[in-house]
Amino acid sequence: MTTATELPAELADATRDDASLRRFLHGLPGVDQVGVEQRSAALATRSIKKQSKLWAIDTAIGMVDLTTLEGADTRGRVRSLCAKARRPDPERPDVPQVAAVCVYPDLVETAAEALRGSRIHIASVATAFPSGRSSRAVKIADTEFAVQAGATEVDMVIDRGAFLSGRYGEVYDEIVAVRRACGPAHLKVILETGELVTYDNVRRASWLALLAGGDVIKTSTGKVSPAATLPVTHVMLQAVRDWHTITGEHRGVKAAGGIRATKDAIRYLVAVHEVAGPRWLTPELFRFGASSLLNDLLMQRRTQLEGHYSGPNYVTVD
Amino acid sequence: MTTWNYAPAPENRDIAKLRPSYQMFVDGRFVDGEGEPLKTINPATEEVLAEVSTAAESDVDTAVQAARRAYERTWSKMPGAERAKYLFRIARMVQERARELAVLESLDNGKPIRESRDVDIPLVAAHFFHHAGWADKLAYAGYGPDPRPLGVAGQVIPWNFPLLMAAWKIAPALACGNTVVLKPAETTPLTALVLAEIIQQADLPPGVVNILPGAGDVGSTLVNHPLVNKVAFTGSTEVGKLIQRSLAGTGKKVTLELGGKAANVVFDDAPLDQAVEGIVNGIFFNQGHVCCAGSRVLVQESIVEELQEKLQYRVATLRVGDPLDKNTDLGAINSKQQLEKIVELTDSGDEEGAQRWTSPCPLPDKGFFFAPTVFSGVSQAMRIAREEIFGPVLSVLTFRTPDEALAKANNTPYGLSAGVWTEKGSRILWMAQRLQAGVVWANTFNRFDPTAPFGGYKESGFGREGGRAGLEAYLDV
Amino acid sequence: MSDSRLTVSKTYKLYIGGAFPRSESGRSYPVNDSRGRFLANAAQASRKDARDAVAAARKVAPKWSSATAYNRGQVLFRIAEMLEGRHEQFVAEVAAAQGMQPKRAQAEVDAAIDRWVWYAGWTDKIATVLGAANPVAGPYFSFTVPEPTGVVAVLAPQGSSLLGLVSVVAPVICTGNTVVVVAAQDRPLPAVTLAEVLATSDLPGGVVNLLTGRTAELAPWLAAHADVNAIDLTGAPPAVTTDLERAAAGTVKRVLRAPAAEPDWSRPPDLRRLRAFLESKTVWHPMGV
Repeated sequence: MTTATELPAELADATRDDASLRRFLHGLPGVDQVGVEQRSAALATRSIKKQSKLWAIDTAIGMVDLTTLEGADTRGRVRSLCAKARRPDPERPDVPQVAAVCVYPDLVETAAEALRGSRIHIASVATAFPSGRSSRAVKIADTEFAVQAGATEVDMVIDRGAFLSGRYGEVYDEIVAVRRACGPAHLKVILETGELVTYDNVRRASWLALLAGGDVIKTSTGKVSPAATLPVTHVMLQAVRDWHTITGEHRGVKAAGGIRATKDAIRYLVAVHEVAGPRWLTPELFRFGASSLLNDLLMQRRTQLEGHYSGPNYVTVD
Repeated sequence: MTTWNYAPAPENRDIAKLRPSYQMFVDGRFVDGEGEPLKTINPATEEVLAEVSTAAESDVDTAVQAARRAYERTWSKMPGAERAKYLFRIARMVQERARELAVLESLDNGKPIRESRDVDIPLVAAHFFHHAGWADKLAYAGYGPDPRPLGVAGQVIPWNFPLLMAAWKIAPALACGNTVVLKPAETTPLTALVLAEIIQQADLPPGVVNILPGAGDVGSTLVNHPLVNKVAFTGSTEVGKLIQRSLAGTGKKVTLELGGKAANVVFDDAPLDQAVEGIVNGIFFNQGHVCCAGSRVLVQESIVEELQEKLQYRVATLRVGDPLDKNTDLGAINSKQQLEKIVELTDSGDEEGAQRWTSPCPLPDKGFFFAPTVFSGVSQAMRIAREEIFGPVLSVLTFRTPDEALAKANNTPYGLSAGVWTEKGSRILWMAQRLQAGVVWANTFNRFDPTAPFGGYKESGFGREGGRAGLEAYLDV
Repeated sequence: MSDSRLTVSKTYKLYIGGAFPRSESGRSYPVNDSRGRFLANAAQASRKDARDAVAAARKVAPKWSSATAYNRGQVLFRIAEMLEGRHEQFVAEVAAAQGMQPKRAQAEVDAAIDRWVWYAGWTDKIATVLGAANPVAGPYFSFTVPEPTGVVAVLAPQGSSLLGLVSVVAPVICTGNTVVVVAAQDRPLPAVTLAEVLATSDLPGGVVNLLTGRTAELAPWLAAHADVNAIDLTGAPPAVTTDLERAAAGTVKRVLRAPAAEPDWSRPPDLRRLRAFLESKTVWHPMGV
């Protein structure tokens, strides 16, 4: 197993070998399900209005990884999505651009071309997304392919089978290898929390991904239900906050899948604000993996500014 | 760095339908009392909310007589199934007027609207609903085939959960077939009087419930009235002892729910983040104006620094301010008097050598507010560890072994509640078995339900409220 | 103008999964009042309808049994509210179905409403009354809690078309079970109207499923059904009750036997019908540091 030499002693020790990693992960405090769900629900009652709501909507737009991950994706579809990423609301040039576009590796080239000159990131899924069920070689090749085509961010999946059977060292090694294959690209590590099921597992997987060098820990592939939830994201935000307390480093969180309404997006921002801290309220450290959320944000933005409810004919379908 | 200030999100005051004056509720009608009217204020702004008629001695007598008549002629003869339907009506109407009651409660008491809306008022409806269902099932409650009521109940309640305390008293009393004369606290009479409106609209026979606003003297007259058969008091241990003494030899049945100095015990294997939430909820819920507040945290010494750091971080995020703002976490202290008491006790903490940490949160410039405060390095001998502060002030003490935690937790004349935080189930049960407290919360805190009996050991009082056990207080058994 | 107005007659259908379908068999049968005059056609349910009803009851069972007792109590109370709102309609239906004088029909409907209220108040108390902390001889905390058995098939009494029906259905769902009930064969119409009340009372679809038709035809299929946990034989035709008990034995169903004669439903109930459809779970956990 490779060790990260820059980590503080207590964390470096954890990655020394399989047994140490297991002891560290199993030694993390447990998460009480009822307690975390209650706290999460209480935060969701925050009432965000007027100027702070408008700020939240614009911030959320700037945090969107505009995503298309369908078997039926075509170059045309991706180009259309990229046009929307650049200019989400054709009638309102003051609307911020999204943070990134997220596609399958074979469409990275098309996206890179379409986004040339913009500051929008090109994120690609990789490592046999969404299942993660293939050989190490295939996963590395998948990653390298995406990066060579122009991806500036890679969203990998962890091997859930290995994790759930306690082979933490394997999961760790794989993340480290993918990190290396990313080169200059940022690595997001998808935990697939819906398959991990317990909050204790989510906490352990979060720490494992952070120890292995993930820049961002991500909830879900969006292909499995449940995907992102507020309590799961809450636990992940705690992990990055605690990581910062020990190492001084800022790592990010991405909530993906099932977030469709502005109301929910704002609840996520409240969680980011109050669990991790205001420093995380930036696209560098928090993202939404979403497709239909953007249109709802745009409609709500119009409602706030125009003073009446909007409708689907006033946002574009791409 | 980004800052995100949540814009003010005020609940609409008008929903409370505040009136300039309120009257007593006696024998089914709203009437003026002979006592000097009191002015009830909004502790967040110090403005006068309304003038409230109070009872003089003669009014107490009138009310008790009305309750007696209603008991003898109507209520004790009514089948339980019919009594039940009155209580169901009241429950439903509380639900219908929930928002109005929540706003009024926050105005009069100072607690955040989020709490009155999400905790107080829903529990009020639930208590009436639950007890409605007992009215025709007393034969199954384990008190014999036909347990009888006691007669007229004289009830005195505190200011910390005004409407909820009224529900805790009125619902079981009526379910068991008693009639009631209730005195709400001097500083928080309004929601009880709106409950009286609901009771009137529910067509409850006149005299079954009577509400007499006033101060301590009214309460004293009430509990000592010869025609009152049963006394129920929730309030300070000091006053509880006075009441118990004055009832000696009278044969009146009495239940007391008094003060507390609960220990919240955190073991080294606790789910730490949830324990922090539980500690915060335990002492800062309702500004710490809770008899069962977890005001002493007993932390296993090996984790005290880590816990304290997380605790301070979390407490610093508590928003103190306008109770009507939906984002406020901590509202106003209920009265100037209470604020002075809190200040006096926290000053003693400094004098006796504890280390004080106060949240840097901004406080409003008028109204009665106190910033959340945590004392560390506290020992059992200090006043802040022994006396009930009834405010947002936490004392942190340490222990090394479970036996020591137990000894310290039980080392108090109080015994209302306790908390235990550990992942180990067997330890939870071992501690619960040995803690001298009427309510033990494990890996949670401040959970209330009408089906779960609540009450204290030792000087925290005797008698239980809620559930099957709570019926005993209102039956002749 | 109004005295020559033709009324729009109601079509009486089954109630399955929260919807009102006709029988998949397409059959119906005439229902007459106590004097033999035609009232309406009722759907004649088939074994396939019974099968679908069981599936619907099973599907919603986890949701209903895991709802808080408080929530179930409020739903049952809402049923009483809705029934009260239709008081006149039910008095007319019961009077017609059973040939009762209006005053007696009124008393029946009043009692039926009050019975829902009685059971609404039991949801959050039955665990206290039937459960226990067991003082075992060892350092263990042991407790016993009642739990709903699951899906219950109920043969409603043949005589009392509303009060009897309510008396056998309410206790079953009160504790978190879901139910497939076969209405009184010759007096099914108040049952269908009750289903309309259920459908407007926040009761999740599938918690109560109502079949109308020939009891002797449907009962054997329910008694033998492997996904039915218990059966209430109150309304079973006397000639077949033993056969039904035998069929139930095939999957060790809990059986509430048919009474010798139809009870007087106006008498206050006891806990028997609540207990009949409850399991009992005992849990042990050590107490130690």
